[in-house]
Amino acid sequence: MISQALQDLWFGFGVAFQGHNLMWSFFGVLVGNLIGVMPGMGALSAMSMLLPLTYVLHPVPAIMMLAGIFYGSMYGGAIGAILLNLPSHAAHAVTCLDGYPMTRAGKGGTALGIAMISSFFAATVGILIMIFASPLLVAISFKFGPTELFSIMLLGLLAGATMSRGSPLKGVAMTLFGLLCGAVGTDVNSGSFRFSFGIPQLSDGLELVAIALGVFGVADFLLSVNRMPVIKNTAKLRMRDMRPSMAELKEAFWPMVRGTSVGALFGAMPGTGPTITSFIAYALEHKISKTPEKFGTGMIAGVAAPEASTHSKTQVDFIPTLSLGIPGDVVMALILGALLIQGIQPGPQLIGEHPDIFWGLIASFWIGNVLLMVLNVPLIGVWVKLLQVPYRYLFPSAMFFIVIGVFTTQNDLFQTWEVLAFGVIGAVFMALDFPMAPILLGVVLGPMMEENFRRALLLSRGDMSVFVTRPISAGFMAVCALVVLGVSWSAWRAQRRKRGAKAAAALDVALGLPALELRSDD
Amino acid sequence: MSAPAQFKKDYYAGALMVIVGLAAAYAAAGYHLGTLARMGPGFFPCAVGVLLALIGVAIAVSARTDDGPPATTGHGYGQGMPDLRGCACIIAGILAFLLLGEYGGLLPATFAIVFISALGDRGNTLKQATFLALGMCAIAGVVFWWALQLQMPLFRWGG
Repeated sequence: MISQALQDLWFGFGVAFQGHNLMWSFFGVLVGNLIGVMPGMGALSAMSMLLPLTYVLHPVPAIMMLAGIFYGSMYGGAIGAILLNLPSHAAHAVTCLDGYPMTRAGKGGTALGIAMISSFFAATVGILIMIFASPLLVAISFKFGPTELFSIMLLGLLAGATMSRGSPLKGVAMTLFGLLCGAVGTDVNSGSFRFSFGIPQLSDGLELVAIALGVFGVADFLLSVNRMPVIKNTAKLRMRDMRPSMAELKEAFWPMVRGTSVGALFGAMPGTGPTITSFIAYALEHKISKTPEKFGTGMIAGVAAPEASTHSKTQVDFIPTLSLGIPGDVVMALILGALLIQGIQPGPQLIGEHPDIFWGLIASFWIGNVLLMVLNVPLIGVWVKLLQVPYRYLFPSAMFFIVIGVFTTQNDLFQTWEVLAFGVIGAVFMALDFPMAPILLGVVLGPMMEENFRRALLLSRGDMSVFVTRPISAGFMAVCALVVLGVSWSAWRAQRRKRGAKAAAALDVALGLPALELRSDD
Repeated sequence: MSAPAQFKKDYYAGALMVIVGLAAAYAAAGYHLGTLARMGPGFFPCAVGVLLALIGVAIAVSARTDDGPPATTGHGYGQGMPDLRGCACIIAGILAFLLLGEYGGLLPATFAIVFISALGDRGNTLKQATFLALGMCAIAGVVFWWALQLQMPLFRWGG
C-alpha cells in the first residue's frame, strides 16, 4: 500500500517536473502570491479572473495553475495581515491579531518568517495526509450511490452555510439562492428550459466565472469604493529580519504542530473552509496558553497556529474535492468547476482514470510550496512596495480584468451583463449582511445534487426514507442533524447570553478587532 | 452599528428572501412538476424556492431576538450606505464597456471602463484616471489582443 503510494508519487513528480506543467504551476504560485499580498484582492478574484485561461490549457497544467494561485495567495495573505493588519482572505483575520502587533513592535520580519515556516510545515503534513488518505477514501466511496452522494453533498452545503461567519440562517438562504442559480438553463432529463426568460444565452445556464466575479469582484468594489480606510505602510524589511531566532522557533514549534492537526482534522470535513479552522486553532492556543492575557499583543503562537492550520486545511481540502467531488469551500468549488469545464468528473474514479492529474497535482503542491518558501525571501521587499499601490488604482484595473476575463469564456458580451447583474445582486445581499461564499457552493453543487436526488428517488420509486435507511447515507444525515442541532443550540445560548459579555467568544473578538484597529489608525 | 439598524436590516433581508423564494417557486411550478419517483424539471427548483421563502421568514422572525456577529468581510470597508458616486461610476463603466465593446472595439471599451470606474474614486484626478486607462489599453492591446488572440477587434465602427 505504502510502496504503491510512493510509486504513484514518483510518477506524479515526473508529471509535475515536465517543463510545461512546471511553468504553469510556477506562474500560478507567483500570481497567487502577488494578488494575495494586495489588499482588497483575494484568491477568489484571482482565480476567477484566470479561470478563462484554463480553457485553452491541458487539464493538468490548468489545475496546477489554479491550485498554485490558491496556496500562493494564502502565503501572500499572511503578508498583508501581518504588515498592514489587512487580511485579503478571511482565514488570515486571526493572524492580524498577533501578527500586526509584532510589526508595530518592529518584529514584522520575524512574524513573517514564523508564518512561512509554519505554512510550509503544515502544507507538507497536509500533502502527506492527502497521499495516504485519498486512496482509502476512494476505496470507501466506491460504495457510494446517488443516495449517498446526495446526502454528503447536503452535509457539505449545510456545513458550508452554517460554519462560515455571521448568521447561519443567512448562510442557508444564500446556499438555496445558489442552488436556484444553478438550476438556470436546460434541464438534463427533459430538455426543457428553466428560468431562461426566453434569452437564448441562458439555455446553457449561468456562467460560473460571471457569478464568481460578480459577487466577489464587482459587488465588493461597489461597497468598498471610497470606503476603504487609507493605509499607511511604514514597514521596512530586509531579508535577514525574516530569520527567527532559535528561541522563537522553539516557541513556535508546538503551536505549529497543534495548528497543523486542527487544520488536518477539519480538512476531512466537507464544507468547512480554512477560516473556521484558523479561528479554532487560535482559540485552542489561547485556551491552553500559560499566558492567555498576552494574546493580541504579539504572541508568536498567535501567528504560528492559525497560519499552520490554514495551510494544512488548504491541502487536505483537496481530498474531498478530488476523490468525492464535494468541494470543501468556495475556492475548491471553483477548482471543481474548472475540472468540470474540462470534462473531467471529480469523484472516486478520478484517481484511477486521471492519475496524471491527481498525482501530478500532489507533486506540484510540494514543488509549489518549496518555490514559495524560496521566492518569498528575496521578494519580500517587492511585496512591501506592492502594498503601497493604492486601492484607487487597483480596482479600476481589476474591473478591466474582470470584464475581459468574462468575455473570453464565450467570446460573447452577454456574460458581462451577468457580471453586472450579479455584482448588483451581490452588493445588495452583502449590504444586508448575507455571506457570499455559499452562493458559489450552491451553484457548483446544485446541478449534481439535483441529478443525484432525482436518481435516488427514481431508484427507490419515490420513497424518501431511502436517505435514512441506507447506512452510509444515514450516517451523513445524522451528522447533518447534529450540525443543525449544534447551530440551533449555540444560537439559543448566544441569545441568552448578555450582549457584550466577555464570553462573546474568540470569534467575535477576532472579527471585530482588525476592523476597529484600522479605523483608529487613519 | 446600533442595534435597531441591525434589526431593520434583517427584516428587509428576510422579506427579500421570501420574495425571491416565492417568485422562483411560482416560476418553477409553471414547468412540469412530476411526482417524487419521476420528477419533472420544475420539482427541484420549486422545492428550493419554497425552502428559501421559509428561511426568509425565519430570518425576519429571528431578527427580533438574535444578534449574531455581523458578516463583515475581510476587506474592512465601513458599514452603512455605499458611496453613490463610486457605485454609479462602476456600473456606468461596465455599461460603457458593453456598448463600446459592441460598437467601438476593444481599445475604446477598455479605456471607457477603466477611466469611468477610476473617476468613481474621489482620490483620483482626471489626469491619473487618464494615465491609468491608457496603461490598461496598452495591456489590453499587447497581452489580450496580440498575445492571447482575443476575439474582439481593436477598433470597429458601428458593429
